[in-house]
Amino acid sequence: MTHLLEVRDLEVKFALRSGDITAIDGVSFTLNQGERLGIVGESGAGKSVTGFSIINLISKPGFISKGSIHFEGKCISDYTGSQMRKIRGNRIAMIFQDPMMTLNPVFTIGFQMIETLQAHRNISKADARAIALEKLRKVQIPSPEERLDQYPHELSGGMRQRIIIAISLLADPAIIIADEPTTALDVTIQAEIMDLLQELCETENMALILITHDLGVVSQVTEKIAVMYAGKIIEFGPTDKVVHTPVHPYTIGLIGSIPGATVPGEELRQIPGMMPTLSNIPEGCAFNPRCELCEPICTQKTPELEEKQNGILAACHMK
Amino acid sequence: MFAFIIRRIIQAVVVMMVISLVGFSIKSKIGDPVRDLVGERVTPEERAQIADKMGLNDPFLIQYTRFVKQALKGDLGRSFIYNKPALEVIVRHAPATLELLIGTALIIIFVSLPLGIQSALQPRSLLSRFTMSFSTLGVSMPVFLTAILLIYLFAVNLQILPSYGRGETVDLFGNGYWKTGFLTHDGRMHLILPCLSLSSIMLPLFIRLIRSEMMEVLETEYIKYAWAKGLSPARIWMVHAFKNTLLPVITVFGVQMGITFAFTILTELVFQWQGMGFIFLEAVERSDISLLIAYLVVVAGVFVLVNTVVDIIYGFINPTIRIAGTR
Amino acid sequence: MASFIVLVIFLILAITAPWISPMNPYDSHNIDIMNSEIPPMWMEGGSPEFILGTDNMGRDMLSTMFYGLRTSIIIGIGAVSLQAFIGIVLGLSAGYMGGKTDAILMRIADIQFSFPYLMVAIFIGAVFQLLFGVGSYERLAIPLLTLIIGLSNWPMFARTIRASVMGEKNKEYVEAARVIGLPRFTIMFRHVLPNSLTSVMVIFTIQVASAIQSEAALSFLGLGMPVTRPSLGSLIRAGQEYIFSGSWWITIFPGLWLVVFVLVINLLGDWLRDVLNPKLYKG
Repeated sequence: MTHLLEVRDLEVKFALRSGDITAIDGVSFTLNQGERLGIVGESGAGKSVTGFSIINLISKPGFISKGSIHFEGKCISDYTGSQMRKIRGNRIAMIFQDPMMTLNPVFTIGFQMIETLQAHRNISKADARAIALEKLRKVQIPSPEERLDQYPHELSGGMRQRIIIAISLLADPAIIIADEPTTALDVTIQAEIMDLLQELCETENMALILITHDLGVVSQVTEKIAVMYAGKIIEFGPTDKVVHTPVHPYTIGLIGSIPGATVPGEELRQIPGMMPTLSNIPEGCAFNPRCELCEPICTQKTPELEEKQNGILAACHMK
Repeated sequence: MFAFIIRRIIQAVVVMMVISLVGFSIKSKIGDPVRDLVGERVTPEERAQIADKMGLNDPFLIQYTRFVKQALKGDLGRSFIYNKPALEVIVRHAPATLELLIGTALIIIFVSLPLGIQSALQPRSLLSRFTMSFSTLGVSMPVFLTAILLIYLFAVNLQILPSYGRGETVDLFGNGYWKTGFLTHDGRMHLILPCLSLSSIMLPLFIRLIRSEMMEVLETEYIKYAWAKGLSPARIWMVHAFKNTLLPVITVFGVQMGITFAFTILTELVFQWQGMGFIFLEAVERSDISLLIAYLVVVAGVFVLVNTVVDIIYGFINPTIRIAGTR
Repeated sequence: MASFIVLVIFLILAITAPWISPMNPYDSHNIDIMNSEIPPMWMEGGSPEFILGTDNMGRDMLSTMFYGLRTSIIIGIGAVSLQAFIGIVLGLSAGYMGGKTDAILMRIADIQFSFPYLMVAIFIGAVFQLLFGVGSYERLAIPLLTLIIGLSNWPMFARTIRASVMGEKNKEYVEAARVIGLPRFTIMFRHVLPNSLTSVMVIFTIQVASAIQSEAALSFLGLGMPVTRPSLGSLIRAGQEYIFSGSWWITIFPGLWLVVFVLVINLLGDWLRDVLNPKLYKG
């Protein structure tokens, strides 16, 4: 069976004056219809770049240097700009991190919704408006008719993120890529938005790629998890297994640092040190300077991602 | 909001009072209202008599109050070179200057927008580089020199454009006040060189401004999101980025047109353009103090009025603009 | 960097003008009206005695340009020093004292800023000329022009200084100076001002270019240097009408001279701004 989305050996580089820097190094994963995948990692691990490279919107000077991305059986990483445009916002929608900055301040909500629909379908304004209203209702926005004529600055952050979710629903996409959708919001609203996203994916049978640094959020919403470190996936598997029986020392550390995952009263664990910068990744396993289990081989040979136990893939020499 | 408007209006009134006070002091120090009225061929005794009748020996404050009262009625003294009320002289010459400004504004809009946007979208292209280096040169070029070079090139060497005057004009309202050059071919030909030289100072600034604003906008999240929505490049650049670029540019545009007004004095001199700047220079040369002061009061009045109105409008827009427009 | 070298050359030419110029254009003994409107030496009718030709009064163009540059630079630097002095004193007081002083000073700056400075300069120039009479105005032209241009464009300095003082004054070293009981004046001049100096330097450069242009504009309008002691602006003014008779060099040479000079200063200003990257007052 072909997967809905298949990312194979993806490599993304940034062309800098001092030379190319590899931001993503050989990332592969698959996503099936209606499946929810979480990509987890610290900032700079390459999770956002992975998300953006799927719809080929990596910020300059980044570019895909190797690998392929297949969507619905077609290789979209080879698509031209205008072919790709038919995918973006239509088959694959994206939700950005900060709803305060995502909507254009000088246009009304209605304008920004209707133009999205009209970019993908030959549809009248009135029809587009009706669809926009329907989607606003789906994301449980009170008095949606009024919202259409409002400007973004008249709405709260949580409200705006709902509107952005509604915009991504407009064309009934197959995949939604949500890049830290709740990081910029208040804690109370975060849960509401996550619940909404999960519910929508289930009812509409949409696949979700949730990019976040928050393992807690991922564990509640997604079915599979990919943990990224320094541009590589270092652990991949079903969510409950990865959360309860993690393999890679980095994942173990990550889970240990979640409040609530440890026994009450016990100190929260911390991973010592910091993730290396992309221009300065150590030989061998990128995690080796911070790893408790580090052995000579870890500083010489880069570990491959391979099946370790009960369906979890991990990249570690020691396990 | 109401308090803000009142404060702003009070400030405008105070500024006008100060300016009229300065103007009147100059006038009473070096002006000669008797000559303005009856010319120079009168005996000293008659002069003294007329001066007394006109209240020129009254205390300063009384005279000043009289000056302000008359000014409010639209009487700003008499220009002796034109032998007409000074205000009328200015009003009759204002359209010529205004048309220069309109022509200049049109050139600025139609040249700086495409070039600015182009150099923002393709900062490394040959045209952008050419535009940018040319704009540094343009800033350093005094407007009168540009004007002279244009005359030398187009009027003296190529002889395809006229070098002075307004050419054939049409009386716009039939009352002789507004004679426009826009409606005749000859009039438009006469407008080209002065407007070109005036716009040469502002163009570089606007191209750079539009370029930097646009580049800043193109880096924003909402433009990236517009891409993610699958909009076409044309729509993203010409609708989304364009409108966000335009708002700050428009505000600067207003200020710069005020500065351009100052430069019209130079342009009008070079092109012998019978506008407000031209009569101002004439007034200076021939010591027509009444005309000079009337010019000061009118020009300052227009500036104060425009600034006040703009500020008040801004006060209304600002709360939303501040939250929405600038990150 | 190239612009810096060119600028230095310009400055040297201006300073040494009396020694390197082929003739002294201010001295009427040297001037022979028979020599008027001689084209540059490479053109037909040109003479090697006058490399760039002569003007309508028979003066050597090259010499008048050296002397003109000298005059322009004296006025430009003088005027900007005056602007800087007014601006720094007012900007420092406004920024440091805050409150009423600040409100009033900045309001005045705002109001003057709302009128184009060239307009202000032209008007002050016109009034001065009428007040002094053309004769004494021309005699006093250099100090008067310095004063006019200085007065017309000080708010730029005041605003920038104030902005950087506002940024600096709450920093700890100012607090510390206040705690050890230094007088306000000392704190302002010895502690706060040096931290605003990068902005002052950048603005100074840009303003010199603008002051030289203002001087040229005023002289061009006949409100500046007289033709007998020309600056670059009055040279352009004097040559303007001869352009129709084909004697383009009388206008074009001083014009280009002025453009290159201003361009070099502007480039230097851009460079300084990029290198020092001060927080400049926008708008």
